Amino acid sequence: MLGLNKRDTRFLIIVILLTLFTPFLLQPFPEESALAQFNGGYPDLMAKIAIFGIFAMGFNILFGLTGYLSFGHAAFLGVGSYAAVWMFKLLTMNVFPAIIVAVLVAGLFSAVIGYISLRRSGIYFSILTLAMAEMSYRLAYSVLTPITNGETGLQVRDSDPRILDGADAAQYPNLFGLELSQSWKLELASHVFTFNVGFYFCAVVAIVMFYISLRIARSPFGLVLKAIKSNQTRLNYTGMNTRPYTLAAFVISGMYAGLAGGLMAVMDPLAGAERMVWTASGEVVIMTILGGAGTLLGPVLGAGAIKYLENIFSKINENVLHEWFAFLPDGMEDAVIWLIARFTGEGWHLTLGVMFMAVVIFLPGGLVEGGGRIAAWFRRKPAAGAGAGGGDGDGDGDPEHHPKPTPRIATLGD
Amino acid sequence: MAILEVKDVSKRFGGLQALRDVNLSVAENTVHAIIGPNGAGKSTLLNCLVGKLTPDTGSVLFQGQSVLGRKPHEINQMGISRVFQTPEIFGDLSVQENMLIPVFAKRDGAFRLHPFETVEHEREVIDEAMAALEEFGMADKRHMHAASLSRGDKRRLEMAMCLVQRPRLLLLDEPTAGMARANTNRTIELLREIMERRDITMVIIEHDMHVVFSLADRITVLAQGMPLVEDTPENIKGHPKVKEAYLGEAA
Ligand SMILES: Nc1ncnc2c1ncn2[C@@H]1O[C@H](COP(=O)(O)OP(=O)(O)O)[C@@H](O)[C@H]1O
Ligand SMILES: [Mg+2]
Repeated sequence: MLGLNKRDTRFLIIVILLTLFTPFLLQPFPEESALAQFNGGYPDLMAKIAIFGIFAMGFNILFGLTGYLSFGHAAFLGVGSYAAVWMFKLLTMNVFPAIIVAVLVAGLFSAVIGYISLRRSGIYFSILTLAMAEMSYRLAYSVLTPITNGETGLQVRDSDPRILDGADAAQYPNLFGLELSQSWKLELASHVFTFNVGFYFCAVVAIVMFYISLRIARSPFGLVLKAIKSNQTRLNYTGMNTRPYTLAAFVISGMYAGLAGGLMAVMDPLAGAERMVWTASGEVVIMTILGGAGTLLGPVLGAGAIKYLENIFSKINENVLHEWFAFLPDGMEDAVIWLIARFTGEGWHLTLGVMFMAVVIFLPGGLVEGGGRIAAWFRRKPAAGAGAGGGDGDGDGDPEHHPKPTPRIATLGD
Repeated sequence: MAILEVKDVSKRFGGLQALRDVNLSVAENTVHAIIGPNGAGKSTLLNCLVGKLTPDTGSVLFQGQSVLGRKPHEINQMGISRVFQTPEIFGDLSVQENMLIPVFAKRDGAFRLHPFETVEHEREVIDEAMAALEEFGMADKRHMHAASLSRGDKRRLEMAMCLVQRPRLLLLDEPTAGMARANTNRTIELLREIMERRDITMVIIEHDMHVVFSLADRITVLAQGMPLVEDTPENIKGHPKVKEAYLGEAA
């Protein structure tokens, strides 16, 4: 189906179902229960997961497939957001022009940065991308303030021309009139599930982008990208010019980032330079590695895991901890809370750091490798035959492309 | 007719004169061996032919066209393939995928954006790659990670990857180093068959005299960056200078 073989088709269908049922999957706990705070089924969070999933999928085409570690991809995300908000201001609040232009502008911008950065490989490439992104970030705050509106950020105003919108057109991002902020709630046995237009829009876009990255990975072009990661010398002496291939990979991943930035603006129509800051570029690297660089599903899982945990951990403040540990004797309670508070709320980044280290050291193939190991363990456990056709835990679903158990970090550069 | 014409090529690395006025003329459809002690400049000479190095002086003509100043991929597209001294293969890919890349390179040229085609559907490319694997006795290893092959198999894979492109000129840098005797003999057989069946010229660097004398039509002896003698295998065998500079040492 759709140019995919049976295994990939099944893989795609599973991904589609998982995505469409996210409002249920992330809302496992009843509303009034103590565990309700671990629910993640809000439109904002789910849309964020889809958006960062797209960002990480694109990043993976450059990093996971081609082996080029960019530390500047947040710049393309930021550019996408600015472009989208400008379309909201100038043309219409309909989201289509906004995201299409976001993708195109990010594509152009990444072609320029890629052309310069790809003159080097390995660590020098990484540093060049970092420098370029940092430069863009600084420019957004200085010379480019007429375009970016500096520190205030770019916003939509009533006074904007919006030349395609009539007088009675929607004032908020919409799909031909259907406002993205609209939600329906479903109450079911003390669970509340929310279905939001914005989330479903992002989810459908994410599915399309996933399909595209699946097709790329299975194409001769994708094979060449893997060959570039593996051995550029051999590829050159085999008659292929690596430069245009790496540039194409760079631009494609830049366009994915621009799309993600555009969708961010669609969910919340404003854009600020903080989206381009270098830690934002680092975040997508962490998502991709945490999930499993080079696998198809890994980056999406990594994005989901990080955004979900960030949401949960950031909410756990000292008051919540006092509630949890009220049963302990006073002195001990304070000590335990002090310790845990370092890792929650504001301290969430510490947890992320520890998690990242643990994955890199013990699961170099990321969550996908973890899933694969668990699946293998379950397959071995019960008597032969049981569960043989079971979950395709390893997103790649192809015996020839099994994520290697070798550390990917060591091969980042070339 | 000379297919490859090297004229007065010199190459210096800092204080080391690696090649000094090397002249070499390789006739079409022959095997030309280059022998000489370690450090004689044999690999450096090949590097100058494929665009890895640019000689300081001199010219290199392939089919009458200069290769100097061209990029490695352009030189390959002209019809020159090279097997390296340490095998250069795509270690992360399967053996079959390793074979697909050169076939795609031959078909599509130096660059083609084809993100929505599917490798699995490229029947002709796959068949060609499989036929080459079959020919080199590696078809049963097609799903293996190339990195996990033995050293000898890596060499054979690299050789197959070069030959599947049907190059006019094949450069081999110590193709049997690290191979067991039986495998060496198989490689000799293979190269002989290929010479018989195809329109191909080979330049082969080799330490193993058994290989050299089994394959070569002409031999150039290189020592300290300079061609010492060039002659037929029969004459080289008895040449006193060669015995002294090379064979004596190897024996
Ligand atoms: N890129 C380089 N830089 C500096 N010296 C080199 C380089 N390549 C080769 N050499 C030196 O040039 C000489 C010839 O090397 P090479 O051509 O590899 O010899 P061989 O005949 O064994 O293949 C050696 O002394 C080697 O150390
Ligand atoms: Mg050598």
